[in-house]
Amino acid sequence: MKIVVCAKQIPDPADPSELNPETKTLKRDVKLILDESDSYGVEIGLQLADAAEQGSVTLVSMAPHEETNGLRTALAMGAEDAILVSDSRLLGSDSLATAKVLAAAIAQASPDLVIAATESSDGYTGTVPEQIAELLGWPSVTFAKAVEVQNGNVHVQRQTEEGYDEVVCPLPCVVSVTAGVVEPRFPSFKGIMAAKSKPLAQPSLEDLAIPAESVGWAGAGQEITAIADAPARQGGEVIEDEGDAHERLITFLEELKVL
Amino acid sequence: MIWIYAETSGGSSNSQANGQANSKVAPITLELAAKARELGPVEAVFAGDGQTVAAELGAHGVIKVHATGDLGTKLAGPKVASAMVEAWAMGTPKPDAVLFGTTYDGRDVAGRLSVKLDAPVLTNVVELHGTDAASLEATEPAFGGVVNVQTRFTGDALPIFLVRPKSFVAEETGGEPAETNDLAAGETGRTAEAEILNRFAEETQGPKLDEADIVVSGGRGLGSAENYQLIDTLASLLGGAPGASRAIVDAGWVPYSYQVGQTGKVVKPSVYVACGISGATQHLVGMKGAKNIIAINKDPEAPIFAVADLGIVGDLHKVLPKLIEALQARNS
Repeated sequence: MKIVVCAKQIPDPADPSELNPETKTLKRDVKLILDESDSYGVEIGLQLADAAEQGSVTLVSMAPHEETNGLRTALAMGAEDAILVSDSRLLGSDSLATAKVLAAAIAQASPDLVIAATESSDGYTGTVPEQIAELLGWPSVTFAKAVEVQNGNVHVQRQTEEGYDEVVCPLPCVVSVTAGVVEPRFPSFKGIMAAKSKPLAQPSLEDLAIPAESVGWAGAGQEITAIADAPARQGGEVIEDEGDAHERLITFLEELKVL
Repeated sequence: MIWIYAETSGGSSNSQANGQANSKVAPITLELAAKARELGPVEAVFAGDGQTVAAELGAHGVIKVHATGDLGTKLAGPKVASAMVEAWAMGTPKPDAVLFGTTYDGRDVAGRLSVKLDAPVLTNVVELHGTDAASLEATEPAFGGVVNVQTRFTGDALPIFLVRPKSFVAEETGGEPAETNDLAAGETGRTAEAEILNRFAEETQGPKLDEADIVVSGGRGLGSAENYQLIDTLASLLGGAPGASRAIVDAGWVPYSYQVGQTGKVVKPSVYVACGISGATQHLVGMKGAKNIIAINKDPEAPIFAVADLGIVGDLHKVLPKLIEALQARNS
């Protein structure tokens, strides 16, 4: 079973990114890392590949400057190979254009299953997995908190407001997974060494038959008109607990008429 | 004319999977209706029996509800998107914009529709500016809510917006029940092959997280998954809902549905109690709209104190048990 995991490479959230005031895109000249949200997808993909006969995980990513740092992390975890689409003409792409590029790369890999995070940690539009599914003409199950494959079907526990739905879906399909549902493995030293020589394909837009005018700035059907600092909120009273802080909490809740 | 995607409380209204269809309209839908009314006549699209929601939607100013009928065991995304496109192709007047709530199903339908129309989506919208659909601009928080970015569509495609819950205030107009219109099922090919086999409701007591007047959230400072019971207990004593930071959802201590923040839910309760949460920007954007914020954290430098009306610098493992005991004593 061939599994594709979408792996986004993002600026380290611990080192907050900024918008370039000129181009109004994210400044991404810093080294990018694997989005933590995608580490859960990679782990689920690896577990499903292990459970299947001849299972393998292929990573698919779109990133500027031929960035591979985050992909190397996922390869070190155990993914077999990676497909990276990196082209300066992709700069400024919105989520629909991103989905078109990823879907084209995925179609060429012809997997049985595509796994993605429900949303990235930086852009968090949360629409790309469903857009990929629609572009491929495939069914999808979003917000998965457990995924199993049996007899050509994927069985998913899909998060709902009240609990979860048990959903069954024939392969091939797209599944988006929520965070926290598995423990992503740490790459071993052997894995890190092996990752350096794992295959990395870099198809061009032409290879993917993506017209340049449909992506990047040219294809973006939206533009930023203004950026403003969000209104700040004022802090209030801060006290140190001397063993009686609960009493202050009670009076505060009384003042608010909660008690 | 504006279309809004209508949902019932608790998301899907699939009766076959549910046993019984839920007919209470979700708060996010009524919020969308209130905003859409400012922009033009409002019609809704609904995955279910339109009669069950016509009265409540009408009372919030919705004129017409386009309903797919019961979807049985099918997921909303492919079914609703194809039915919408089919209806417009068959001559149903196309709206000037479509508003979706950022919900499990709302994102699915919007994503599918976006591809069918080759139309981009503006996501995480918290405000819409403009007096008519043609000139709409949207505000979205970025970088964990540090800045607000204003965007507009540039092409001719149908504007699709995904709006975060609690962005607008629902308001009744006392209108007549909405007229209902049956949407024919569109062509779905393989896309609608997923089936709901069973639904499971988790045993929860008290209000829902995004509707609760009081929210008590826990973070990494709890130290372990077992200690989350402190949050559960305090929330229940205060008649509120328990929530969580992304860190402990990622750690698997509580499910994704508990998450408050940029990725997760936006809450605007009267009182928000943050326990052992440092206050990363991505968390703040989900709760800084609370009327009052209480923070308990052992790190005096934690950013959460900068937004807290009452901050307790201390060990939550000491403060919370005492608070719980005192509240229990009051109740007995």
